[in-house]
Order: sequence, then C-alpha cells, then structure tokens
Amino acid sequence: MRITLWGTRGSLPSAGPETVRYGGNTSCVEVRGRSHALLVLDAGTGIRRLGGTVDPGVTRIHILLTHLHMDHIQGLGFFAPLYRDGVEVHVYGPRSTTQDLRTRLTRYLSPPLFPVRLRDLPSRPHLHDVPLSRFEVDEFTITCELVAHPGPTVGYRITDGGGTLAYLPDHEPALGVPRFPLDAAWTSGYELAQRADLLIHDTQYTMPEYVEHVGWGHSAIDHAIAFARLARVRRLVMFHHDPGHSDAMLDRLLAEAGNAGPFPFELVSGIEGMQFEI
Amino acid sequence: MLQKQVEIILMRQLASYLTLPVFVVDPEGNLLYYNASAEPLLGRQFDEAGEMPIREWSTIFAPVDERGAPLPPDALPLAIALQKRRPAYRRIRITGLDGVPRELEVVAFPLEGQGRRFLGAVAIFYSVNAR
Ligand SMILES: [Zn+2]
Ligand SMILES: [Zn+2]
Repeated sequence: MRITLWGTRGSLPSAGPETVRYGGNTSCVEVRGRSHALLVLDAGTGIRRLGGTVDPGVTRIHILLTHLHMDHIQGLGFFAPLYRDGVEVHVYGPRSTTQDLRTRLTRYLSPPLFPVRLRDLPSRPHLHDVPLSRFEVDEFTITCELVAHPGPTVGYRITDGGGTLAYLPDHEPALGVPRFPLDAAWTSGYELAQRADLLIHDTQYTMPEYVEHVGWGHSAIDHAIAFARLARVRRLVMFHHDPGHSDAMLDRLLAEAGNAGPFPFELVSGIEGMQFEI
Repeated sequence: MLQKQVEIILMRQLASYLTLPVFVVDPEGNLLYYNASAEPLLGRQFDEAGEMPIREWSTIFAPVDERGAPLPPDALPLAIALQKRRPAYRRIRITGLDGVPRELEVVAFPLEGQGRRFLGAVAIFYSVNAR
C-alpha cells in the first residue's frame, strides 16, 4: 500500500512562514491499496488538498475517523468527492456511550457551524459506528480499538496482507504510568502497533511540555519512541505536531531524538506530502 | 499475551494512585491488578505475583459475615458485580495472608465499556478496625 501524509499538524491548523515545510494542515492520511482502493484516515484540514487529487473514476471512498475532536473532522465538509453524485462514501468513527456517530457528527456538520447538512450532501455518505474489532474494507483488513485519549477515541491497524500500518495520531499511553512503558499487556495501543511496518504516532510534546499537559491525551516524543520500541515496529513517523512547533524546532527535535538512538526502527518526522510504500 | 482493554488499563493507573485497597478483576473474576494498599490483604506484591486466578485469591480470604458465619462466594460484592452487573456493598470479616483479622466494608461495581463490552469489576475495601 502507498501512504501519503496530507496533514501532520495537531490541534489547530497552523499556517504561516514558520510552518511551511512540515505543513500547517491537521491530521489526514491517504492509504491506497494495490487495486487503488482509497482509505482516508481522519478528516483534518489536510483532506481538502487530498480531495483535489481524487480522480472522477474513483467510485468508493472509506473515511476512518479516530475521534471527533475538531482537528480530525474540520476538513470533512471541504472534501470535494462528497459533492459528487454517484460516489459511495463510507464514514466510520466511534460512537459515544450515549450517541451514535451520526448524531455526534451532525453537531458539527449542520448550521450554525457549517452551512450544509450531512444529509444534503450529494454523495449521501453512509455513516458507521466503527466496530471495536476486526473488519474488512475493500482489500484491507482493519483492526480498531479504543485507546487512551479524552473522549471515545480509536486507533487503527490496517493490513493488505503484505504490509501493516498502525495509525495512532492522538494517544497518551503514558498517562498515569510512573515509568513508561509498563509491560505490553498493560500498554494502550500495543496490539494495534505491534510489529507494524509503519507506525504513525502522536509526538505532540517535548518532555518538559508533556509534564505541563498530563491528561491532555498526547505523547511526548520520548514516549512515542519507547512505545515504538516496545511494539517492535519498523518505522516510526512523528505526527500531530504541536501548532507552536516551527519547522526549525521540529528539525531540532528530530535531531535530538535521533541522538538518543540508535533505535531498532527508523525514525522519521512527518512532513505534509511525504509518501511511504509498505 | 492479550493486551488489556483501555478502560482496564486506565482503571489500574487510577487505582495505583489511591490509598484504599483496590482489586480489578476480569469477567471471570481473575485478579488482574491490585494496588499497593491491597498487598497486605493478599500477602504479596503485585509486581512479584502478577495476575491471580480466582481459585487462588478467593480462598485466601475465607470471608465470614458480621456474626462469623462463612459467606458463600456468591454473596461477596465482587461476585454480585460480576454476575448481576450492578454495584454491590457488604461488610465482611477476613483474615488476610498477614494473619491479621480485619473487618472490611466492601464496595464493588461492574466495568462496562463502550459498545456494552463487559470488562470485569472493581472492588474497593475500607478497613473498619484500622480507622
Ligand atoms: Zn488531534
Ligand atoms: Zn484529540
């Protein structure tokens, strides 16, 4: 499968000269299978540019939402294929203990927050409460589990029989753990990530920043590295960059993280437009 | 090795910060975690003993009611929380592995997560004679 990063920023779109290289768009990742099946992971503002590249021949699209925080759904109404007749769009995301995905998503995709109602979109998207289990979508096998982040939030493990991608953009597995990590059985997200070829993981904070934001649902870079080591992944992509982290700072954080190596995996910092083949 | 569900993981994290003894069990009653305050009751440290099958930990207690009559396992709050999936309360007497007789208030509640997944139960113990 081919994986393209369309938005690597966390929390808030962060356009400006200081973020132009890593990009200011929020979470969105494209996954293409061998038969050109199209999966979209999260609908942050990065999804708008992805929409422009989806050719009219594509008749079915699956959008997998990890959760409904604004930075993961804000781009949904700006995804051009949703306005095409005859495109079958499936949107998956977690329900809450009291409301289904449609009810939760409609709170944003309706006036006054957004002028167009979900039901008025020409593609009439199908909404699915994502099962907390394994399911098949086109040529992909997807495993979905709840992970540690405020509100119902899932991570995804996607495999096409060949390679495996794990996507955990908002994840705080170190919450309440004095010496992270505990053993694998007691680590949120472990089964989703274990032995993945590519792990896209939350690295919102430096360690001093994390100490000020315990319980906000995100990881320090050191936590993501420890998690990747525990899960024995082949490659870790740093993701969900803090809006306040400039290009220069992200370069420095990657270099500093690398100095603590060598690691048994490749460490990459996610840049908008980056592609991976697994 | 199966990774625990996130609700169980977060419950352990919370329990590890609490001063009252806390047990976390799976749907079958196997003891998945107990905090440091519960270690005197079981006579061993969680870090050494790890998880404990229900056969093992439930016999340690030999619980009796306030009049000293043996309590059948089904009458214990944790068993009620697991079987009936509702909170339960009872005052019991036990002799922990440290040999100390204790009168305990026990509150147990079921853990039901997203999608009505039944994940187990939690018991919290309050030692009446220690206070
Ligand atoms: Zn986010
Ligand atoms: Zn979030």
